[in-house]
Amino acid sequence: MSEIENHQKPPLEPHLKELENEAIFIFREVAAEFENPVMLYSVGKDSSVLLHLARKAFYPEKIPFPLLHINTGWKFSQMIEFRDELIKRYELELISFTNPRGANENVTPFTHGSALYTDIMKTQALRMALDDGQYDAAFGGARRDEEASRAKERIYSFRTPDHRWDPRNQRPELWSIYNGMIRKGESVRAFPLSNWTESDVWQYIKAENIPIVPLYFAKKRPVIERDGMLILAEDERLELAPNEQIKQMDIRFRTLGCFPLSGAIKSSARNINEIIKEIEVATVSERVGRAIDRDQAGSMEMKKREGYF
Amino acid sequence: MSELNLAKQQDLTKSVLKNLSPLRFITCGSVDDGKSTLIGRLLWDTKAVKEDQEERLRKDSRKQKDGLNLPEFALLLDGLQAEREQGITIDVAYRYFSTPKRTFIVADTPGHEQYTRNMATGASSAQLAILLLDARVGILEQTKRHAMIASMMGIKQFILAVNKIDLANYDRQIFETIETEFSEFALSLGITDIISIPMCALKGENVVNKDLDHMAWYEGPTLLEVLERATIRSKQTVGFRMPVQRVCRPNESFRGYQGTVSGGAVKPGDSVVVLPSGIKANVTNIITFDLVRNAAVAGDAITLELDRNVDIARGDMISSIDARPLVGHNFSANIICLVKSGIVANKRYWLKSSSKLQRVVVELISVIDLKSGQYDACDSFELNNIGKVKLRFEEIANFDIYDENPDTGSFILIDPDSNNTIAGGMISAKIEQVTNIDNSTDEEIIVFSMSLVEAKKLQQLEGFKAISDKVQQTQTTKGKLRDLLSDID
Ligand SMILES: Nc1nc2c(ncn2[C@@H]2O[C@H](COP(=O)(O)OP(=O)(O)OP(=O)(O)O)[C@@H](O)[C@H]2O)c(=O)[nH]1
Ligand SMILES: [Mg+2]
Repeated sequence: MSEIENHQKPPLEPHLKELENEAIFIFREVAAEFENPVMLYSVGKDSSVLLHLARKAFYPEKIPFPLLHINTGWKFSQMIEFRDELIKRYELELISFTNPRGANENVTPFTHGSALYTDIMKTQALRMALDDGQYDAAFGGARRDEEASRAKERIYSFRTPDHRWDPRNQRPELWSIYNGMIRKGESVRAFPLSNWTESDVWQYIKAENIPIVPLYFAKKRPVIERDGMLILAEDERLELAPNEQIKQMDIRFRTLGCFPLSGAIKSSARNINEIIKEIEVATVSERVGRAIDRDQAGSMEMKKREGYF
Repeated sequence: MSELNLAKQQDLTKSVLKNLSPLRFITCGSVDDGKSTLIGRLLWDTKAVKEDQEERLRKDSRKQKDGLNLPEFALLLDGLQAEREQGITIDVAYRYFSTPKRTFIVADTPGHEQYTRNMATGASSAQLAILLLDARVGILEQTKRHAMIASMMGIKQFILAVNKIDLANYDRQIFETIETEFSEFALSLGITDIISIPMCALKGENVVNKDLDHMAWYEGPTLLEVLERATIRSKQTVGFRMPVQRVCRPNESFRGYQGTVSGGAVKPGDSVVVLPSGIKANVTNIITFDLVRNAAVAGDAITLELDRNVDIARGDMISSIDARPLVGHNFSANIICLVKSGIVANKRYWLKSSSKLQRVVVELISVIDLKSGQYDACDSFELNNIGKVKLRFEEIANFDIYDENPDTGSFILIDPDSNNTIAGGMISAKIEQVTNIDNSTDEEIIVFSMSLVEAKKLQQLEGFKAISDKVQQTQTTKGKLRDLLSDID
């Protein structure tokens, strides 16, 4: 039996406890009903919470399925460092998958545009990785409060053999009785964090002392301004246009993804309490910083129907 | 008052508010009556819409004929492309918002009859329902259907939102007529907790802000006031229940049973019984990631360790010994059919409840006629039908009555051909097999026989309905019965 890590801490607030209980229930249900589940792990804050809940759900057993990271090759280097550290510390099984087309055809966010790049390096990559592993269930950290089409998704979200989501024909999902019956080749995406809000995630990270990538905390960092976004200028693959200048600014990230597509926010929130305060008074939603969500109206739904998370 | 005192007092109010648990509610009612508009307006007026979302909303909104220049609030909810194109809600949307007083989880459900399954999805986890209707139109069959489903699923608190009152001249008479008519209908369903509010969702009148300009005659609370004050019925389950989700075996020396407590409480030292096997054991440990606990209550996700190695598998129920669930092969249930293909009598389905899959055959008893409110005997069950059935299990099953414990009294039916969820159901009673022929007892029974027409009349009688669970009804021909009865003196 592995050692108990969190010794004495105050009990969770009832609302968070309820969300935690629900997530654990979903983890156990999927692990018991499916033959070959996998957990999508994107290294972001939601994934960190997801991972923490998975460890709780099966304790004293280890997490009985692998983690899958769809690595586009353009993630912040701090994310990869953090990931590898964590995998070692918790003795997790990680599968990292990168679509070979990226290297073969030199697909980059700069050359192919964010929409095509995302389709190839994220959506198609995910489908390939799921096919490779023949997974019949995949956990994801998506939350309904993130976006209007997400708000419509079931906890057990059914996928056809070619990973399509049919939002007009979802199975009814009554109470917390989930229907996990599928045929060979079909699969289910399971979302234990469905009912969490961004604020819940931060409150929980604080209460449970969950490690997260340092980029979430404000610090003076080099940035450039591009298309109205603040882009971190640490990766040497970032080529500067003549009019672009690197500035040192107090910034942090509200969501993390590929560095060329993730906009930072000006912030002085250096610790979790300050982040929580900042979010409470924020006048814009967390997705503002994501280039891929701004491409076109309904873009999330389109991507999801194609198999994106 | 000193500063310290003041701070303490603020802390106090804060903690009181925090302890009000989130309210889960739904909007329901017929198509186009303004459900999504209402929630959109509620989000708007409680400042839950962020600047970027507002900008997107203004951009996506079509110009309205009404000259009010308001955004299309429903677009905050109707997130699917098909919904935006058609201007209707297809599937339930979940939203989360809070006021200084309370946190809310709302499910905005579709009014269109075709998507009743999605309304049921939203209703199953709600504690309160806002039932909307159009003041100009009043109560429709779909309004009744939604009220009925919500009520069957255990929702006791209703807010009747008489919406679009602006289009009905803010007429008090119209409001009061609808209010009276609805409470009569509601009473027939056993709904007594109703608050009616005249409302204009579009302009936000009586939603968050009171409308004094046009509806000074209305003296009741606004919608938000009612939502903030709504009390949640605490679960009054007595018997300990924990359906086993999985067996946890990290190594040879440890065996734990993982699941969520769905009734009562448990502590180390308690004696429990495992169903269906009936084997008894004692609880030695309640394990969680954080600590070994000295008690667990309903809602807690835990791992139980018992004092002896017994054969326990997923789907088994660990229960307190003195307050056990009902155990048997036959149960009666209320059911709602969610698919076009309907429920076929005597077909073998999968039934899932409390992490357990079982084979079941469904006998159709009666279906409700929404116009008359009467249950009619039936031999088929179609899309959106609500009615009563008898469940016959191949192996012994255990349930609680839904009203006593929704977690262990609810189930879904799955069609083995399509794998789709075809119905949701609520256990209403266990059927005692008084006439079970396998039980060779000397107990005396009486056998009636009557024509089909007369039998249907009998089944309609209230007195008969009350004991129908205890009556075995078999349809046969006069010829066969004559042969059978020839042996009886
Ligand atoms: N004048 C007026 N119009 C309203 C009011 N509430 C809603 N509407 C309009 O009624 C139409 C339908 O509103 P929705 O909110 O989409 O109706 P719904 O009940 O969600 O419809 P479904 O989800 O498809 O069942 C929209 O054009 C609204 O602008 C109101 O109080 N007054
Ligand atoms: Mg709607």
